[in-house]
Amino acid sequence: MHGVAGMSVQQIEGATVRPLPTTKIIARDVNVHYGEKHALKAVDVDIPDCSVTSFIGPSGCGKSTFLRCINRMNDTIASCRVTGKIEIDGRDIYDKTLDVVQLRARVGMVFQKPNPFPKSIYENVAYAPRLHGMSRSKAELDQIVEASLEKAGLWGEVKDRLGDSGTGLSGGQQQRLCIARAISVNPDVILMDEPCSALDPIATARIEQLIDSLRQHFCIVIVTHSMQQAARVSQRTAFFHLGTLVEEGPTTDIFTSPKDKRTQDYITGRFG
Amino acid sequence: MTQHTVSSFDEELKSLDDMVMTMARSVIRQHSDCSDLLASRDATLAGRIIDGDRAIDDLQVGIEEKAIQTIAKRQPLAIDLRTVIATLKIATDLERIGDLVKNNAKRMLASSAQSQLPPGAANLEMLNERVAEQLDRMLEAFEQRDDGLAKEVWMRDIEIDTLQTSLFRELLTYMMEDPRNIGYCTHLLFCARNLERIGDHATNIAEQVHYMVTGATMPIDRPKG
Repeated sequence: MHGVAGMSVQQIEGATVRPLPTTKIIARDVNVHYGEKHALKAVDVDIPDCSVTSFIGPSGCGKSTFLRCINRMNDTIASCRVTGKIEIDGRDIYDKTLDVVQLRARVGMVFQKPNPFPKSIYENVAYAPRLHGMSRSKAELDQIVEASLEKAGLWGEVKDRLGDSGTGLSGGQQQRLCIARAISVNPDVILMDEPCSALDPIATARIEQLIDSLRQHFCIVIVTHSMQQAARVSQRTAFFHLGTLVEEGPTTDIFTSPKDKRTQDYITGRFG
Repeated sequence: MTQHTVSSFDEELKSLDDMVMTMARSVIRQHSDCSDLLASRDATLAGRIIDGDRAIDDLQVGIEEKAIQTIAKRQPLAIDLRTVIATLKIATDLERIGDLVKNNAKRMLASSAQSQLPPGAANLEMLNERVAEQLDRMLEAFEQRDDGLAKEVWMRDIEIDTLQTSLFRELLTYMMEDPRNIGYCTHLLFCARNLERIGDHATNIAEQVHYMVTGATMPIDRPKG
């Protein structure tokens, strides 16, 4: 029992087993247009802290579009227009006075294809903390790099070759390096867009293990095409279809007794 | 229901369904034959019922194998997952019903020396009929995925319980009246007990149908006699 499922533990035992997860991200009436195309329609969702929320749905359903709203990556697309409200810790992230660079430091992102900088392993992780002035000395920076690689489960494998190029690592290691890079600036939220789809099953299992351990400290949102992966790693699941958030709830409920027929058809492989 | 994109998955689920239907129909036929024994005392028929249980056991093994293969190959979710799991449990209940019917057939055979219908047989006959009705309802609830009918099975088990209790009192009276009645009355008593257990298995199956259809579980407490 963990995350949101932990709530039932608390209700059953009536004791303070663990604090209830607080809501980290609140989205209300979020709409996204790419030019004429209405890509995301009136999405309302609450995403809890210290847990993993997965977004599932067929290609083009809007799940990645919504993910990219959370760190305002859609800003970089000229034709894209986002309306509605998204708050992280109660702060409207589309507020005109908000510094987008700061936002993206707080909301880390991991992509489908591992994309380490063409620099050393050390530099990949040290780059962002240095940019954000998070360390006053080389020793402090060393510490951040070690802690981040440790949390990403990569330290043991690379500690003797921090000067080697990040691009020389295996795919799974590169992805963990990217996760280390994302957590080096101690973000509030980590967004993952199909982080395992380019990896073999063993590397995938390691990333899933990592996601599970990171859950204690971060709010994690993951887009995945693998239903089994969503079932394995997340505590809550949201199903998107044709730009609409069809159903959102505890992962166990979504995969055993979904309420909406569209959700059922999708997860059981009955789609049109 | 909409078809799966992968049609062989539909075929697998269909064949599981067919196996459960075959098993349920065999169990119902066994019970019906066994009910006839009460009047006919036909030793040949009793023997056939006893031997026939083997085929039901084999069906259960077949369903388990098929269900495990389906889980391994397809990782079913939602309604598919519920169906496969419910199917597994239903097969277990059907197998138990088969065993109880077989036991009743043995008891009928053992008491077949009794030349005339023993007292209490009329009520046992009625009990047999109630059980047969419940089994038919259960089969239809499963076949049609009819939650309303499943609930009816669940609610009506109390009728069997009540009948069994009154039969118990009746047989007890016969035994006290004349100790020579004790032998066959004990057999009838066990038969009644077996029938009551069959009723319970039918309600278990109804609960599985309810879970399969709705994703919810029935309340723990069911009306009791």
